[in-house]
Amino acid sequence: MDIKDIIKPENKVYGKTPLLTDAVMHYCPGCTHGVVHKIIAEVIEEMGIQDKTIGISPVGCAVLAYNYLDIDWEQAAHGRAPALATATKRLNPDKYVFTYQGDGDLASIGAGEVMHACNRGENIVIIFINNAIYGMTGGQMAPTTLLGQVTATTPYGRNAELNGYPLKITELLAQLDGTCYVTRQSAQTPAAVRKTKKAIRKAFENSMMNKGTSFVEVVGTCNSGWKLSPVKANKWMEENMFPFYPLGDMKDR
Amino acid sequence: MAVKGAITVDTEKCKGCSVCIANCPTQTIALSLEVNGKGYNYAYMANPDNCTGCTNCATVCPDAVITVYRVKI
Repeated sequence: MDIKDIIKPENKVYGKTPLLTDAVMHYCPGCTHGVVHKIIAEVIEEMGIQDKTIGISPVGCAVLAYNYLDIDWEQAAHGRAPALATATKRLNPDKYVFTYQGDGDLASIGAGEVMHACNRGENIVIIFINNAIYGMTGGQMAPTTLLGQVTATTPYGRNAELNGYPLKITELLAQLDGTCYVTRQSAQTPAAVRKTKKAIRKAFENSMMNKGTSFVEVVGTCNSGWKLSPVKANKWMEENMFPFYPLGDMKDR
Repeated sequence: MAVKGAITVDTEKCKGCSVCIANCPTQTIALSLEVNGKGYNYAYMANPDNCTGCTNCATVCPDAVITVYRVKI
């Protein structure tokens, strides 16, 4: 059979969702942000809630997320996305409100905001991309950087005596009574992408059931910051990140 | 083979990250020798006979540039 006979609109099984705009993403080749944007777009399309979703973009690489997903967006000051989401959700209880934050934004400067938003049990979704580094500013150490990991500000590897220990913020948030669903996923293989999609869909559904805050961490790569190729970065993540940040649901009620 | 697939790649938006190549179970995809407007070697169907239309490549593509087609034969 000729390829031209296969490539016809009636044979299409998978393609870009119209919720993603035609803008070329500014992310580096192989960046996990692109995959997670696509997952969120597909979930919103499947649920048919394009007109009812408000995203809060963070400070960091994902600050320009509003260029790529065709929904309503707000842009928060560094780390303050959960505070903005609290106000947005309280004023618009019929909207699906989610924040999209990296580890430099959520686990460092925004640790206070996320802790209290989760403790109050705001009915929002928090999507947390953990790549263990500050990607946008040039690969400096983040609170989530692994011990021994080389970054621009820890050229000899992270040292616990000097730099402290990596922060498992997702485990911390699972202890709070306000959270209803806390999970850690990844997005480097088709199976992992499908699991993450299921988790994000569940989180969006939770936000309308007044159960509390849903928190989805996605362990990702920063191949530019880690100084690896995209494929090698995925492998490095599986070998080094997953033992310290084990995947799976921490809380589901 | 019961199914046959094919992919199209938006070559101008492809950044040549190779994640699709690593996740293709049938070694269908490779990076082209030519580059696109941004200077990236984009992905293309190097072995079109192998493709089963499993959608693995498009699922992991960070830039959503791959469209997958499948027919039963």
